[in-house]
Amino acid sequence: MATRVAGGRWWRWREPGIRGHQAAAGWLFLAPVLVILGLFLLVPIVMAAWVSVSDWNGNGSPFGANAHYVGLANYRHLLTEPGLDQNNFGQAIHNNLYYVVFVVPIQTAVALFLAVLVNRRLKGVGFFRTAFYFPSVTSSVAITVVFLFLFSADGVINKLLSLFGATGPAWFYDPRGLFHVILDQLGVQQSSSLSSQYFLGVSYWDWLSGPSIAMCVFIIMAVFTTSGTFMLIFLAGLQSIDESIDEAAALDGASEWRKFRHITVPMIRPTLFTVVTLGLIGTWQIFDQIYVGTKGSPLNTTMTPAFLSFNTSFNSNEWGVGAAIAFILFAIIVFFTLITRLLTRNPDRVSRRRRFGPTQGIGNPDASRVVTPEGAP
Amino acid sequence: MKAHRILHSARWRTALALATVAALALTAGAAFGSRQSGKATTVTALIGSSGPAETFAVNAAAKAFSKQSGIDLKVIVASDLGQQLAQGFASGNPPDIFYLGNDQVATYAKAGDLAPLDNLKNVKSFYPSLRAAYTYKGHLYAAPKDFSTLALVINTASWNSARLTNKDYPKTWKQLAAVAKKLTRSGQVGLCTNPEFHRLGVFMIQAGGWLTSKDGKTATVNSKANIAAFNFVKSMINAGSMKLTNQLGVGWGGEGFGKQKCAMTIEGNWIAGAMTHDYPTVSYRVVQLPAGPAGKGTLQYDGGWGLAAASKEKPAALAAISYLTLPKVQLGNAKAFGVMPTVRSASARWKKLYPQFAAFLAGADYSKSIPTVPDIQTVLGDFNQQLQGLPNSPVKPILDRVNGELQAILK
Repeated sequence: MATRVAGGRWWRWREPGIRGHQAAAGWLFLAPVLVILGLFLLVPIVMAAWVSVSDWNGNGSPFGANAHYVGLANYRHLLTEPGLDQNNFGQAIHNNLYYVVFVVPIQTAVALFLAVLVNRRLKGVGFFRTAFYFPSVTSSVAITVVFLFLFSADGVINKLLSLFGATGPAWFYDPRGLFHVILDQLGVQQSSSLSSQYFLGVSYWDWLSGPSIAMCVFIIMAVFTTSGTFMLIFLAGLQSIDESIDEAAALDGASEWRKFRHITVPMIRPTLFTVVTLGLIGTWQIFDQIYVGTKGSPLNTTMTPAFLSFNTSFNSNEWGVGAAIAFILFAIIVFFTLITRLLTRNPDRVSRRRRFGPTQGIGNPDASRVVTPEGAP
Repeated sequence: MKAHRILHSARWRTALALATVAALALTAGAAFGSRQSGKATTVTALIGSSGPAETFAVNAAAKAFSKQSGIDLKVIVASDLGQQLAQGFASGNPPDIFYLGNDQVATYAKAGDLAPLDNLKNVKSFYPSLRAAYTYKGHLYAAPKDFSTLALVINTASWNSARLTNKDYPKTWKQLAAVAKKLTRSGQVGLCTNPEFHRLGVFMIQAGGWLTSKDGKTATVNSKANIAAFNFVKSMINAGSMKLTNQLGVGWGGEGFGKQKCAMTIEGNWIAGAMTHDYPTVSYRVVQLPAGPAGKGTLQYDGGWGLAAASKEKPAALAAISYLTLPKVQLGNAKAFGVMPTVRSASARWKKLYPQFAAFLAGADYSKSIPTVPDIQTVLGDFNQQLQGLPNSPVKPILDRVNGELQAILK
């Protein structure tokens, strides 16, 4: 990819020619980035990949005499052998899955809502743009510490709740699952047939627990901190929509909601894909907040794969298993990104791509992006 | 989390760490091999400090050692001891000496990270039980530098206002339950402690149970004695006279005790520092834990100095460890941050200095240390997590689960 920028194919770069010197110069300019990316990205990934298929115990270099190739044993250990490591891994996937399922839709919706709000030409809107973006530029560690205080058992949130006569939970110490609490309120008892069956060391009943109360605090925190960033991305997307389209729809008599649903959303589809994908990657990799806040407590319900990978490696000295967790996490993220790609793909664009032959490229390439409001008279 | 921070997040950070490790490993031989030529020998010590008092005391001892021996002893305070040690071991250039808890010693010794200390000059002066806690496969892998035991800490004002006297200090479980009930009033529960094996484990010992069989080959976590121990704890929780710290919404027993949310707690020597600094107005007494069906029992936590197998200054590092575990240095540490000396000859002095903490030292006679098994800290970590659910779940499944996990690493 990079070589094309330099203007020639790499295997021809020595050939004399009108662009030969440009290629050499291109490589020269690229060199610092290539070295940095190679040293800090490619080499570590290759090393981690090797560690994940080795029995390295943390003593000396992983390429030294202390590490031996063990094939997929570390992956098998996590995925097929019942035991502590599998229990922790299953629990971590369970926790993070609920975290993602809650955070990504909520933060995307909130960000889009905020972006639509601050996209209007109103007095003082600049203040709100800054205010909404502010949590995003604050360190996540600092915000975690503030949340630890806000949500402590006798913290501000619970004081506030008590003003309304409600008793707040002990938040960061409460391992009960949200769905379990709701089911309990509805009088539904734990089903024994679901409790006796296990997947990845976690019972079916516990897979259905929902995020724990402690995890809910992290969910609230993630929405609070990240919505501002994505608001900014949406705002850029919204401002690229030509006003005339909006006006045309208004003239056609479309209501505000219709305009939003049938013009705004389809036109910012690429932005939506970006936001959801970045959201998925970010949420599957949650680490800082857990490391600073709870270290996986209570009852492992805020343990996440990223933190488990760190813990398994650095504290349990099982480097191979820790690296294997990282690669399984990588696979999960790729899987979810592909799903998002499928779901947010513009249907018109898909059909255009499937067309083979000379019809491709004929006509206005962006014609499919202009969408007429459906049902408008 | 945030879009622009993705490059900083966990996977990349781990990857970065590994890259650094690789770079260091490659340069280790060339760069660090020749460092002692001409200059004075330097020994680095990595410590995980409990606070400024401890950092100051260790630095003072290091300075005195450097002056006496001519060896430059450099103290580095770790922000995350486990992580920094792991990085050191992987790079082949670890700190020469470092703090080592006895729950970690087997894990590192098995990986070949530690050098045995069997030739330490003052090896005979330590309590045999402490030496045993640091012995893995017949070799001593750390020099005990201090230790702590757990005892019952009582709020004097609450005790007196419940019309309890010196004669009422609980000697049995029954008496413990009775006084906890008497001490429980609105806003203050009788007894609170962390939902951890590292606290509740005392009841296991008092009931005659333990994590493993005597020969250390079989896991006995779900034995009848242990079930009885946790059922006793549950009975007090159900009676409302005991709460775990997660039920109180506090971080640890000392916090619940200091904030007067409970009248008694089970804690170690370190609570003294917390009470002095954070809750100076709360007066308290420390008494021995009550005896259970099988007699007295408490848990012991050991701190030691380990020596890196990859250290290039082993003789100097050994000399430093010898000095740092001398009775006079240990008594200095005791004065600075309340720990107990690991050498018998210093115990009489310690008792005279701290008559109010005699119960902690008395515990040394019947205390147990965590078994020296590789990876046991991971299993105990899960035990602690499971115990957080103790108030709402039956005892047996928790103990069965941990028993299986422990058996898996004992084989």
